[in-house]
Amino acid sequence: MPHKVISLISVGRHPQSGRSRRADQDSRAVELGLKLAGTDLDVVHAGSSEEPVLRQYAGMGLPKVTVLEQAESADALPAISSYLKTQQADIVLTGVRSESGESSGMTPYLLAEQLGWPIVARVADIVEVKDGEAQVLLALPRGQRRQVTVKLPFIASIDNAAEAARQSAFGPGLRAKMEAQSGSTEEDSVRVNWSEAPAKARPKRLKVVKAKTAADRFKAATAKPQGGSGKVMKNESAQEQAQAIFDLLIEEKIIR
Amino acid sequence: MSDIIRRDPRAEWIMRNRLHPLHDQYMSQEEGGEVRGPSGLIRKFPHKVGFIGPNGIKRIDRLKGNSSAPKGKRSAAAQEVQLPLHKVDSPDYYIMVVADMVGGRLTGHDKDILGLAHKLIAEQGGNGAVVAVCFGEVKEENFDTAGVDRVLHIEGEAFEGYAPEARVQALAKVEAQYTVKHWLFPDSIHGGCDLASRLSARLGERPATQAWQVNAEQTVSRGASASLDITRQTPKILMLLEECADAIDETRHEATPITLDDVAVSAATIKDKGLMAVDPNAIPMAEAEFILSAGNGIHNWDQFHEAAKVLGATEGASRVAVDDGFMPRSRQVGATGTWVTARVYIAVGISGAIQHMQGIGQVDKVIAINTDAGCDMVKRAALSVIGDSEEILAELMKLAAEHKQTSLSDQAEENSNAA
Repeated sequence: MPHKVISLISVGRHPQSGRSRRADQDSRAVELGLKLAGTDLDVVHAGSSEEPVLRQYAGMGLPKVTVLEQAESADALPAISSYLKTQQADIVLTGVRSESGESSGMTPYLLAEQLGWPIVARVADIVEVKDGEAQVLLALPRGQRRQVTVKLPFIASIDNAAEAARQSAFGPGLRAKMEAQSGSTEEDSVRVNWSEAPAKARPKRLKVVKAKTAADRFKAATAKPQGGSGKVMKNESAQEQAQAIFDLLIEEKIIR
Repeated sequence: MSDIIRRDPRAEWIMRNRLHPLHDQYMSQEEGGEVRGPSGLIRKFPHKVGFIGPNGIKRIDRLKGNSSAPKGKRSAAAQEVQLPLHKVDSPDYYIMVVADMVGGRLTGHDKDILGLAHKLIAEQGGNGAVVAVCFGEVKEENFDTAGVDRVLHIEGEAFEGYAPEARVQALAKVEAQYTVKHWLFPDSIHGGCDLASRLSARLGERPATQAWQVNAEQTVSRGASASLDITRQTPKILMLLEECADAIDETRHEATPITLDDVAVSAATIKDKGLMAVDPNAIPMAEAEFILSAGNGIHNWDQFHEAAKVLGATEGASRVAVDDGFMPRSRQVGATGTWVTARVYIAVGISGAIQHMQGIGQVDKVIAINTDAGCDMVKRAALSVIGDSEEILAELMKLAAEHKQTSLSDQAEENSNAA
């Protein structure tokens, strides 16, 4: 029996131009969904069905996009969670962080808490879904991967390490159906009190010298970087030299 | 001994006054020492400079004790400075800092957050204590100078490795047991962000993510993929960016261990199956941990690829090797290629053009294998071996293969013992 997979999508923001686009992580989530479920993938957006960006997602080969119709200022969470409750999904895929709005990355966690499902964060790939369990690869720093198994149903947030999204085709995108359902009307009451401004550049941390005397300050200002050249092995045999390198690799825990 | 110069005004006055009956006595005492004038400036007596050497020639030491071989000069700087101890007795509230503890040690990011926690306590007033909450293996020894008043080390098999569900249950228990004013997490990919989001969802608190300017009332955090600054009231749970505050460096703290009652951990739905073996050449070069890089000095390319495979290293190359067509352009390290951040970088037959050195600026340890002992790469390297790269690589591969075999047989032995 094929598993029911739902991808949640949002409107992204191009990092340079600031134009709206399909969000990077969300489109990777759609790509992974297409890999798992093919065109049975259910793609859900909470917002306006008039949004042109949804056509870019649909152009990845989706016959339809489900839109939970709601105003921009409305909270997306109640609408999505009530939709998921009716759907009996096995896997829900989202991005790690949205590219617009607060981008707190809390949506998958709050959904998981409300539905009582497990959540796996920063997924690079879902290898296999079998016997009510999924084998998931998590993306770790420095290109490392961790393998975990999760019981279905679960929510996964997709990392940038996942497979890149396929190109979007314009025509199929235009022909895709937008199935509008009514979303929530609940306003985000906390956010109204926030003030938002374009991001300021963060000041670089300066190297503060806490010297008590003028001589110390002078030394700090003129000191050359510490530690000239390291150990040089010139006359040893190749074997000894290789051993020295190997010891350093073990000491640095590169080779275990 | 302190470095402060104690002046004796009477002695100075006598030494200035050549007619004083004690003048000669004081001058002979002061021989070689400094004489200060009425304004405190050092006065030189040009006739008394230097000494007569063994062959009767006057010698003047112009180095003034700054020579490379100091003759037993006493100095107070060598003494280790004991920082003042910051004590918190029976705190009214706690600020919990859940540290990443990458490799069991506090990261720079963790230390900045500990500094921020102390800043928040200073602004809010009251008797607050900063608690470092850590899981798993802890190797850190300098909790006291990092600004940790209390250490809460949550131990147990359930919390080892990748166990976010068990950990969040423990944190929820901490929340119930202690009066927690703030939860501070590093907003990092090492698990801090994940844990913080789980805890926020569990406690029903709305966190501030990517916060970078925090005081007791207001928090400024980034939003909309870092294009927006959101100013809001400081919430209970904060996920902080790097360099959000300055680390503690002027005080020492108690770092007293505190305990947590037993946590009933429910069965995990996420099971850790361990780290995967990743093809090192599939890792993007910019984030690879270990790079074996080849330059003009390599002649046996098959052996080089073999060595990278055996050592489990990501391959890199200098511009010459790429231009000559031995390596693809995507493998080039340096100004026109990739700027790498590896922990260990082995440069085989690379002399170190400045463009290449720029590319490895962030590397921790460089190992150079080269025939020329005077090249720039040898100057940069932590360890350089001078010799034929082919021989050394062959020996290195032999060692790696031996090591693999012994570790395998050790494992097999352990397994048979366990059985």
